[in-house]
Formats: sequence, structure tokens, C-alpha cells
Amino acid sequence: MEKLFTHLLENYEACVAVVLFVIGLCMLLFDRNLLKKVIGLDIMDTGTFLLLADRGYIAGRSVPIVTDGVTDMANYINPIPAGLVLTGIVVSVSVSALMLSLTVRIYKKYHTLDMDALYLMMSDRRKGGRV
Amino acid sequence: MRNEQGLFRHWLSGQVDWSAMLEQDTPAATTAAAEAVPYHPHHDMASARRAIRCGQRAYTVLAIVLCLIFSAFMLLTVANLPSYGSDSAPTVNEVAERYVEKGTEETGAVNTVAGMILDYRAFDTLGESFVLFTAMCAVTMLMNAPGKRRVRKLDYEVLDYYQDPIIRTVCKLVIPIILMFGIYILLNGHLSPGGGFSGGAIMASALIIYALVWGGERASRAIPAKALRIIVLCALGFYACSKTYSFFTGANHLHSIISPGTPGRILSAGLILPLNVAVGFVVCCTMYSFYMYFRRGEL
Repeated sequence: MEKLFTHLLENYEACVAVVLFVIGLCMLLFDRNLLKKVIGLDIMDTGTFLLLADRGYIAGRSVPIVTDGVTDMANYINPIPAGLVLTGIVVSVSVSALMLSLTVRIYKKYHTLDMDALYLMMSDRRKGGRV
Repeated sequence: MRNEQGLFRHWLSGQVDWSAMLEQDTPAATTAAAEAVPYHPHHDMASARRAIRCGQRAYTVLAIVLCLIFSAFMLLTVANLPSYGSDSAPTVNEVAERYVEKGTEETGAVNTVAGMILDYRAFDTLGESFVLFTAMCAVTMLMNAPGKRRVRKLDYEVLDYYQDPIIRTVCKLVIPIILMFGIYILLNGHLSPGGGFSGGAIMASALIIYALVWGGERASRAIPAKALRIIVLCALGFYACSKTYSFFTGANHLHSIISPGTPGRILSAGLILPLNVAVGFVVCCTMYSFYMYFRRGEL
């Protein structure tokens, strides 16, 4: 148990990533505002990127840009997580833009971003009532 | 008792949400709730309230339990990961070694990450560019959807930053520098940190500052929506064609007719430089059109 705890402290960057992820999850679960749910999802993305960047680091080595013709792996950190973070950022930007434009459409139609009010209006519409 | 359960079930399935009625702070919600009342003719407000409070409490408890379980599992995983910065982690395997040790020789790019994403894994990057393009199409469709289209004069257009001499002068000085920096990062993608994605985003920020200060109308006259679409389509088409070419010549990108050149020179690394430029244009146009759509609702 104590060993696990000391290991947790060693991996403090990954712990911060977990904290960011859970903050985003809490926003997604507890906030009633659609815009804040989008922000929560973005915070979850940030936690994932932090974890990936943290996993790619190797102590005492430099960025994977070949300098002075030295191509020995012992000098450079792992380049793969950097590429994965790049993919993740692009997808995150695209998804955020899509969700935000959907939110704009919802606001234009219902004039609210509150989940409760939206549920009420949508159930009202389903029964054939007016909005 | 039966009625209470029915209400609770309705609240749970999201058909009628009674909590908004209890709080009574949003007028739209209360009128809608008042209209929704005849839907349950035998309702009893007190029991309904009790059911809703129970439901809300249950939701809160379940959500908290879910969060705790999630964080406990993830912290447990973190505690079992190899320690931070260790060189014996399983992620440092022969794939990473190959990219670093053979990458410069095979692709000609000094920047291993650029060589990786634009040569070994170029199809992945093509997919990323198409994800951006699809998002741009979706935002265009959603923001241009038919319906009431009132162009209102918004606060920030009434403010008119162009009248402010300080903002105007600083922007005139800063925008060319930002654009130059973006182009520098774009063209040096295979030599230094950066590349198509970051360079494109920096160029887009210069265009966004222009649109912010000189106004949306002038910006869309200077950079019309049609030009943006043509640039994005040409860049994506060029990328797809060049990668199809390397697919037909062996699919391992090692024996193309474009030589890798001397590593470290600006004109080296074969197809990586043109592909970086294509990706940069896609990212720049997509970011700028996102901004313009969210600013006025139309480009």
C-alpha cells in the first residue's frame, strides 16, 4: 500500500492528468448548462493530452530532433506520444466546433441552454404542443 | 403511491422535468411546466416534489459514486504505471527506436516527429485533415441552415475597434510579423519544432486579428468564403494525390522519385515540405472559417 502511494507521488504528472479528467467529468455530470458541458469535455481532453505528453518523456534526454547527426535512441525522448497528441488536438478542436455550433442552433430555437428547460420544451413538442 | 412512481419514471426518462417547476426561476420553463401539468391529471404536488427530490438525490449520489469509482480506478492505474521519465517503460520499444535511429536517413527530416507523421504515418495525417474538413462542412451547414436569418448589429461591431488609433497601429505592425512567423514555422516543419498544424494555427490567428479589428465585412471581402473553400479543397486534393502516388510506388515511401536530399537543408525531406504546406493551409482556412461562422453566424 505504501509502495503504491510513493509510486503515485513519483507519477505526479499523471495524477494531475487524472484530476483534470475527473474535473471535466464532474462538469459533464453536474452542470446543467450545455456550454459548460462542452467546456468540461475540453478539460477532459486536456487531461488526456497531459497524460500522453507525460508518458513520452524520458529523464535526461532531449527532444526528438536530430542534432549534429547523432541518431542514437539513448539521446532522444519517445516521438510517438507527440504524434498522438497532435491527432488528439485536431479531433478535439473539430468536435468542440461541432458541439458549439449545435449549441448555437439549440439556443436559437429554444432560447435557453438549461438542460431542464430544454427537456420540458422538447417533451412538450413531442406531445404536439407549441413551443 | 402508484402515481408517485409514474411521475418519477417520467422525470427519469426526461419527458417532464419537475425540478424546473420547483425552482421557478426560468419563466420559459415555468410556463412550459404549467402546460405540461394536464398530462398527469391525478398528480399530487407534495408527492411529486418528494419523488423529484428523491430522484435528484439519487442522481447526485450516483454521479458522485461514478466520479469516485472513475478516479479510484485511474489513480490505481497511475500507481501501477512505470515511473515518470523511466527509460525502461514498455512504450520505449523498437518502433520508437526505429523512428529515431532510421528516420533521418529514410525520410530526410531532421525533426523525427514530422518525419513520423508526414511520412511513415502520412495516411493518419490525411485522415486528420479530413476530420478538420468534415468539421468545417458540418459547421457551415449548421450555421447556414434555413430559418430566420436576421443580421443584427452586435455589441462588438458597435464598438468598432478600427476607430481606436492604438489598436489600429499595433495591429498593422503585428499582423505581418505573426503571418511571417506562421510561414516560418510552416516551412521549417521538418527542421525544427512546429509544422503544418501549428504554423496554420498561427497564420489563422493573424487573419482572426484582422477580422476582429477591420470588421467582418471587410475581412470577408478580402478573403471570400469561396476562396477559402477552393484553397482547402486544392490542399486536400494535393495531399491525397501525392500520397496515392507513394502508395502506388510500393506503399513504404522508401523508393519515391523525390530524393530525401541533405538532412538539415530547407529543400530536403522529399514530400514532407509540400505536405506540411498543404496541411498548414487546411488548418489556417478551417480555423479562420470557424471564427467567422461563430462571429456572425455566416461567412
